[in-house]
Amino acid sequence: MGAAPAARDVTSYGMGLAAPLALFFLIFFVAPLLQLFWLSLHNDTAGLHWGLGQYLHFLTDPFSLGVLGSTLLLGAEVTAVCLVLGFPIAWLYQRVGPKLQTVIILIVLLPLLTSVVVRTFAWIVILGRQGIINATLQSLGLIDTPLKLLYTQFGVVLALAQVQMPLMTLPLITALSRIDPNLDDASCSLGAGSWRTFFRIVLPLSLPGIIAGCTLTYAAAITAFITQSLIGGGQMLFMPMYLYQQASTLQNWPFAAAISIIFLLAVLAVVSIFTTLGRMSRGYGGA
Amino acid sequence: MVDAPSGRSLVVDAVTHRYPSGALAVENINLDIKGGEIIALLGPSGCGKTTLLRIIAGFIAQTQGRIIIGDDIVDALPPNKRAVGIVFQNYALFPHLSISENVAYGLAARGIDKASRQREAQRLLELVQLPAMADRLPRQLSGGQQQRVALARALAIKPSILLLDEPFAALDKNLRLDMQIEVKRLQRVSGITTLIVTHDQEEALSMADRVAVLSHGKLEQFGSPSDVYDRPQTLFVNTFVGSTNRMPGIVVSADRTAAKVRLDAGAEIIARPAGGALSEGGRVTVCIRPEHLQFVGDETGFAGVVGMSLPLGATVVHEVTTADGSGVKVSQARIGETRALENGAAVRLAPLAPSLANAFPATL
Repeated sequence: MGAAPAARDVTSYGMGLAAPLALFFLIFFVAPLLQLFWLSLHNDTAGLHWGLGQYLHFLTDPFSLGVLGSTLLLGAEVTAVCLVLGFPIAWLYQRVGPKLQTVIILIVLLPLLTSVVVRTFAWIVILGRQGIINATLQSLGLIDTPLKLLYTQFGVVLALAQVQMPLMTLPLITALSRIDPNLDDASCSLGAGSWRTFFRIVLPLSLPGIIAGCTLTYAAAITAFITQSLIGGGQMLFMPMYLYQQASTLQNWPFAAAISIIFLLAVLAVVSIFTTLGRMSRGYGGA
Repeated sequence: MVDAPSGRSLVVDAVTHRYPSGALAVENINLDIKGGEIIALLGPSGCGKTTLLRIIAGFIAQTQGRIIIGDDIVDALPPNKRAVGIVFQNYALFPHLSISENVAYGLAARGIDKASRQREAQRLLELVQLPAMADRLPRQLSGGQQQRVALARALAIKPSILLLDEPFAALDKNLRLDMQIEVKRLQRVSGITTLIVTHDQEEALSMADRVAVLSHGKLEQFGSPSDVYDRPQTLFVNTFVGSTNRMPGIVVSADRTAAKVRLDAGAEIIARPAGGALSEGGRVTVCIRPEHLQFVGDETGFAGVVGMSLPLGATVVHEVTTADGSGVKVSQARIGETRALENGAAVRLAPLAPSLANAFPATL
């Protein structure tokens, strides 16, 4: 009991310092969110009739569900590509000298240093009918007619993977650098080859970084409005654009609000799956 | 470990390693180690002993020379094919695997089935006296226990050579002694040829059958602990192993077995030419250990003035200033009533025996 007042003192001190940020979040995040939720509970655009009509509409409409599904799938694809391409970079980072490490970090961070719009337009130049890829392939005589790369799922995944790569690579580099290099040597001296060492030692110990990277990449990829819209074009519709159309073009605010809430819940569900996996991996490393 | 193969021999044959920068890490090291021996690689940090260990383990490919284990030249083999067990300084246990999984790791890599693996891991944990810890994680164990696990893990693969890299450096003093005894016991039982890398001379002298002293990448001496301590071949070995008084002097006369040296501190003494032949009139450094100096009553030996006396339990160390102004330490066993020496008392000192004073040509 003697320690309790001291502990309470420390807590209240910390809470006081957090108050400005808490207030900021309350005004600019929690309040609009509540307003959004309130808005989504109206069955008509005028806001006269209360009800769950908007949610029912979304959940019974194959088109809307299709958009949600393809958005979640897009996130999964981008995350997978980032993981498969990002892990070797992070692994390499641990095994090169300080000069090359600086170069790798610069390359990894480069996407963050340029505007999303610029990067996305660069991808349009690369992927377009007369773009770099098609021009090269045609001049080499490998194809007769230009490949359709732009406005495809492939193009969107490729561009998003490049844009979101740092979010995957940086947590992976952190996780891998926490692994004692002696563990590699120990595994090797015990007779294990590189693959066994990788799957039994390196991969399990880097799981926290993999989970963190996947969560960040996934959340960023499915909400990336600009890249999705510009590379996907009009033929590919994902949740952010769908939402934007409903709100801005069609002025259907209650339905847009309902889409937002559903999208939010879907993202939260996926993120909490990652978090649970992360907790299990820590348990794996810790229990 | 009665079923373990008896230790294989290890030959380090003219091994030289150069860093990419061109600097020499180790130079022309020759060690001929018999099966079942415990060898200590002793030297200050940066002397190349860890590099040599990593060369033997296969983590570094030496620039020149050969490593021969038993009858096999292993230079072309990667570390995972050399069957060399290593205990790392920080133990390097796999933090996400249980103790028994750690011990069984090398067996799994050999494709041994799970039941046999677990049986073997349990047997090894009993050998290192940790049978109840099988399901714990490494971080739930104390430093000494982690080291026992690291030993069990290295022994599990029935290595032909066991390498220990500064194995006791992270342990506190009492635990260190326990573990040294434990390692020596395990080594005796298993008969595995063992190489201990250490900068701790007491550890090297107490544990090893033979000690290899390294300095700046060169092998200074390779011999039994008593050889290294009593008959050092170089000035470095004499000063690095144990403590010693360095007394400059000039050779008056010398043959192969004895040299008469006139010390700068006064007095002529007979010393052993330790580092090869000495020439008359040459400058030498005579090394005499504190416990090999005695107070003499007559006019032999050299004069000095007692500065300070430190009673260190079993011995008393006196700091004596000699005529040329340099200080020497004299260590006296505390047998019965040791004569108390006043501060400022005039004394005369002489080595216990000529063979206990080692003369080395003075380096400029």
